[in-house]
Amino acid sequence: MPPIRPLHLAAEIGGPPRYDPGHYTALARLAERGALDFVTLGDSFARPGPDALAVLSRVAPATRRVGLVPTVTTTHTEPFHVSSAVATLDWVSRGRAGWQVDVSTTGAEARLFGRRPAAPAAELWREAGEVADAGARLWDSWEDDAEIRDTASGRFIDRDKLHHVDFEGATFSVRGPAIVPRPPQGRPVTVVDGTADPARETAARHADVVLVRATTPERTAGIRADVRRRAAAHGRDPDTLRVLAALTVDLGDAESAPEPGLESGPPLAAHGTYYRGGPVDLADLITQWHRAGAVDGFHLTPITPERDLERIVNGTVALLQHRSLFRTFHPGGTLREHLGLARPASRYAPGRVLQGERT
Amino acid sequence: MTTAPKQLHLAAHFPGVDNTTVWADPRSRSQIDFSSFEHLARTAERGLFDFFFLAEGLRLREHNGLIHDLDVAGCPEPLTVLAALAAVTDRLGLAATVNATFNEPYELARRLATLDHLSAGRAGWNVVTSSDAFTGENFRRGGCLNRAGLPQALGSARTEGNPLTRAAELVATARGLWDSWTPDGTPRRFAHRGEHFRVEGEFTVPRPPQGHPVVIQAGDSPEGREFAASAADIIFTRHGTLEAGRTFYADVKARLAKYGREPDELKIMPGVGFVLGDSDAEAQEKASEIRRQQISPQHAMLALEQVWGQDLSSYDPDGPLPESDPVPDAALVQGRVRTGDALAVAARWRALSREKGLSIRQTVIEATGRRSFIGSPRTVAAELAEYVAAEAADGFVLVPHLTPGGLDDFVDEVVPLLQERGVFRTAYTGSTLRSHLGLAEPVWKG
Repeated sequence: MPPIRPLHLAAEIGGPPRYDPGHYTALARLAERGALDFVTLGDSFARPGPDALAVLSRVAPATRRVGLVPTVTTTHTEPFHVSSAVATLDWVSRGRAGWQVDVSTTGAEARLFGRRPAAPAAELWREAGEVADAGARLWDSWEDDAEIRDTASGRFIDRDKLHHVDFEGATFSVRGPAIVPRPPQGRPVTVVDGTADPARETAARHADVVLVRATTPERTAGIRADVRRRAAAHGRDPDTLRVLAALTVDLGDAESAPEPGLESGPPLAAHGTYYRGGPVDLADLITQWHRAGAVDGFHLTPITPERDLERIVNGTVALLQHRSLFRTFHPGGTLREHLGLARPASRYAPGRVLQGERT
Repeated sequence: MTTAPKQLHLAAHFPGVDNTTVWADPRSRSQIDFSSFEHLARTAERGLFDFFFLAEGLRLREHNGLIHDLDVAGCPEPLTVLAALAAVTDRLGLAATVNATFNEPYELARRLATLDHLSAGRAGWNVVTSSDAFTGENFRRGGCLNRAGLPQALGSARTEGNPLTRAAELVATARGLWDSWTPDGTPRRFAHRGEHFRVEGEFTVPRPPQGHPVVIQAGDSPEGREFAASAADIIFTRHGTLEAGRTFYADVKARLAKYGREPDELKIMPGVGFVLGDSDAEAQEKASEIRRQQISPQHAMLALEQVWGQDLSSYDPDGPLPESDPVPDAALVQGRVRTGDALAVAARWRALSREKGLSIRQTVIEATGRRSFIGSPRTVAAELAEYVAAEAADGFVLVPHLTPGGLDDFVDEVVPLLQERGVFRTAYTGSTLRSHLGLAEPVWKG
């Protein structure tokens, strides 16, 4: 039997579009009370809803521990702006930021910008990988101790500790260095849904957290092994990846539904797994999958956030805590600490400690 | 017959651009930690200011091919910081500088509309432009604004001309997107086909609480004045003397009529420094010391090389200006706005140096820097009120020289005197930035 790894839990707080910040703050606080690693907020240019990164920035001062992971698309946006905004979310949240990388594949989205036609997903995910790569280089482009405030020489920064990134991608280039100094986590956490093939390679290469949608622990374990193998092929230590099973959950209004369990297919989720049942059954499912070594944790998308997240936290999570499978508090302050991921050294810093990362 | 004195508007700029911030002062703290932004914003709100104003960085300045290392460098992305500040303030307007050259209307309109919703109607947008290929090297549009990296099918017939025309089209497109939802909350299809943008589809955010976030135009060029007169709510400017301010004020206000606008629909707010002391003499002394800290010998040489466009490292900052003329159009300093014709600037500096017998550093100290109000709180309050009464400004964007405590004294000591004079509010009367500025909500043009 494989050793039991720490269990990681995250929840999506988006649902039908809402524009008042109090709604999102209440949900993030609820997740924080359950000691969840992070909340995500989905986003797309294609459907109604506010800018997710701004919403979670608004939530940041009203929360203290929970990680904040907005979806940020890379297709019609500027990589330099994206890296600045995510780094800034890390500053305002004091080290709790991540971003879920996504692409815009439709013609409808392309027409909102009118500067490039729609492109196949494989191409856009390659570009997303380049955006993630350029972003990480920009986050590294200020060494941690670049700000010196040396009154004797009159220098505010040590220019030798700032670096041009000179990134040349297929569709964009960035000279650098960043405008935002290196964020508190060094690099905010990169999340990619690696279920579909075009995204999986990008996930293996650039993500810290990989989401997978599969209906059985065996299939999830298979995808997890595949992602880890691909990461190793890119020179990464697979143990620096966290693979979370993504479930859309409907906890209904019963403690235990007549036939709890997973349904595959798209009744409500776009592509993936849909869980229907009670909070106790969900705790059992999480326990089984985790004990089987199939996943490092779960990313739960409640069908009705106000109702289901409350049941997840007060039902499912409380039970997992009671079984000593999940922590009862955040032992650290940053999202990387929640996930058990080391703070990376800047690739530009001389004598940095190698942590199995691609340079 | 007495009429109520004209009310003045106050805003605060978070310092850290160029050499404003005296970072060597022991009271100077982080320019990047959220606590610094929170302190300044809360102070501005305590002082009942109209809004808080953040700059944007797109490329670090370079001098002679090396990153400029003398000034505070590094700032967070402003819209994201303002969204967080919306959580720790209730009434204060929240304005961000966002470049109109390296952004697309759909995304930018969406981010601004989101900020307006998250702050319940307190968002503002300072529109600036860039024609600078140096800055462009960080963006998809690239170093050359004529190429723009547009795909053939869409871009071949289009040209990228004056950045201001792009900015004007960007603002108009954003307003169209904000108006694309009906006031009762129904999204409608939107289509724009212009010289710079083609936008087609449905906007994802309902009409912002203010109708449109407040638009600020920065800059004094004739084109900028015209753009402000046609499209902006505030013009952010810099004018030294009362006379220069009055001339500018009259010029800009006169331009409004041809766009069917009333003089009150555009507020003129210069960016100004301030130094307070127990007495006017003490304040003057403090101000001289601050200027000396802002313009170190290295700063003076950098400013000189920026104008002269050549390496002048053999010159002594405490010695005289160079005899030789500047090299026009040299790009020794990159990432900084060039102000005017180098030969004219050099001539002005030489005249100043001759007239007052000033060294290089003393000349730079005298010739550069923004208008500052210096004196006891009573003197400063009287001067600010005088500028507004004399129609040299509608208010001011204050730029403190310390982060984050640089506004504390002003709020504690000057604001009460302005209130005593009856020229500044004693409580917020509305909750939106437009209401603080006395601006009507724009008419919905569905």
